[in-house]
Amino acid sequence: MSNSDVILEVEDLRTHFRLKSGTLKAVDGISFTLRAGRTLCIVGESGSGKTVTSLSIMRLIDPPGRIVEGRVSYRGQDLLGLDEAAMEKIRGDRLAMIFQDPMTSLNPSFRIGDQIAEGMMAHQGLNREEARRQTLELMARVGIPQPDARFRDYPHQFSGGMRQRVLIAGAIACDPDILIADEPTTALDVTIQAQILRLLRSIQTALGSALILVTHDLGVVAAMADDVMVMYAGKVVEYGDVKTIFAEPRHPYTQGLLSSLVRLDDTRESPLRPIPGLPPDLARLPEGCSFRARCPVAVAACGQHYPALRPLQETHEVACHLVAEADAEVRA
Amino acid sequence: MTMRDLQQEFDDGVAETEERRQGRFARAWSAFAQDRAALVSLIFLAVVALLAVFADFVSPHDPFEAERMMRNKPPLTEGYLLGSDSNGRDILTRLFYGGRISLLVGFLPTFLATLISLLLGLLAGYFRGWIDQVIMRILDAFFAVPLVLLAIAIAGVLQPGVVTEIIAITVVLIPYISRIVRTSTLGVTAQPYIEAARAGGAGHGAIILRYVLPNMISPVIVYATTLVGLMIVVGSGLSFLGLGAQPPAADWGTMVSDGRVVMTKAPHATIFPGLVIVLVALAFNFLGDGLRDALDPKAGMRRPKA
Repeated sequence: MSNSDVILEVEDLRTHFRLKSGTLKAVDGISFTLRAGRTLCIVGESGSGKTVTSLSIMRLIDPPGRIVEGRVSYRGQDLLGLDEAAMEKIRGDRLAMIFQDPMTSLNPSFRIGDQIAEGMMAHQGLNREEARRQTLELMARVGIPQPDARFRDYPHQFSGGMRQRVLIAGAIACDPDILIADEPTTALDVTIQAQILRLLRSIQTALGSALILVTHDLGVVAAMADDVMVMYAGKVVEYGDVKTIFAEPRHPYTQGLLSSLVRLDDTRESPLRPIPGLPPDLARLPEGCSFRARCPVAVAACGQHYPALRPLQETHEVACHLVAEADAEVRA
Repeated sequence: MTMRDLQQEFDDGVAETEERRQGRFARAWSAFAQDRAALVSLIFLAVVALLAVFADFVSPHDPFEAERMMRNKPPLTEGYLLGSDSNGRDILTRLFYGGRISLLVGFLPTFLATLISLLLGLLAGYFRGWIDQVIMRILDAFFAVPLVLLAIAIAGVLQPGVVTEIIAITVVLIPYISRIVRTSTLGVTAQPYIEAARAGGAGHGAIILRYVLPNMISPVIVYATTLVGLMIVVGSGLSFLGLGAQPPAADWGTMVSDGRVVMTKAPHATIFPGLVIVLVALAFNFLGDGLRDALDPKAGMRRPKA
């Protein structure tokens, strides 16, 4: 794998929220690399920092939140150092985002076609007629029937699945290098979910862009991911290619997530296997590993300091004291 | 997918409905036209406004000409349809001319105050932070003073007259309308489509004009519309205190207060202008209600329940 197709490098990103109750470390020192054409799934429970990570990349963090440290380098250019005007040029053009709730992510007062066309007129300087022609093509491409008729419709005349297609059309209008989809199917019916995922996949292949897919649905991960980043309490606990993560998860949290899935050979009587406990309060993280309180195999060392993210293989990194120990033994 | 979604999908995809080809305002109008009270109110107000504008042509008498022999004549006196006042002036004529001042004093300050409030409230509600603090604290200071008292203070500093009255009412209204604008802006700014617009690369100016303003303005229009009626009453109050229209010119409020003196002898001199004020204020309220329903983007979508 050459380094030349690396399009996004995130290094030690920290996004904190200063609240009255203390500093909430929503994202606390995460790093990853994204290559063209690849799909990275960010997985974790609610509040693990998945969404804040993607908003931080887009620089859409509003006070009281702030990106306190790190680098987000897009093709070698640090986005965190750009001024707002330069960032506006990149947003929606090179980096585009698809949001979770298609029902509320479209401007209710504007026609669908104008909303899709807007980005192209702003970023590519197309005139109304050119933008309209391209919009009709985009609408057809994302599977909206009768683009000519629907161009002039308002969002409330669309169903959820169709609205998500509109959002996707708007996001891909300028052929972005990076597409960030934050739980794009969570608000949709299961049958529509599959359609939207398939659409995302085919569009990504056609554009050759990189996709960051934020999700808590491991089924989606299995279907879509090349690489998987498991987050817990603002930190990356395990990172690897999708086959390794599913076949040999090493972090107790990843193992817990996978074993909590309902299996095909489960019977009606099989008990559910949740991870006990709740994620910790991000404003008051305990000393040591944040997962310790819920970890079935925690040892004394886990209470003392946070385990560093260590490479096991070229494409597999884990942040766990036990794994580091076991690995050391194997090597010895 | 539930049956309802399927149905919706079907409706979305297949039905080539009439509303699809209409623009936003055409749809709003057809929804508005279905509200009979609002439609009647609009027609009534249009007629009143036309009579005021063309008072020179429709009036049977001169508004200021006092006929000494024709004082306090009851309605239906020959040549005096609504009777005459204590100076022998035709009440119908004075209602036409009074409408010029009353409608102007009701409409213009509300309109000006709404424009200024949109600017202030949008800035405060969209950017929040210190901008919000500065704007809203200053407006709070105005809030602390009762409306009429503040208007009196302003009218007192400037020359009494209609222009002063308009300035005073405008200033007095700004804190109220700005509040509504800010609250409405806060609600819209929190919507995911604002964040989505930013993610699409839109700047603050474009977001405010294209995303926030069109989605927050309906309640403001409705509120401002009902305020017009109220401001006609307030304007009448200021005139009553001698701070508005100066004699012999008179708005409807002044006519009420003039008639008050001869209330027992000639009640019609009070009743007719009073009635006009009530009807016009009421009509603005109905108009506001109708606008609220019509300006909903989903207007005209309501299908009869199956």
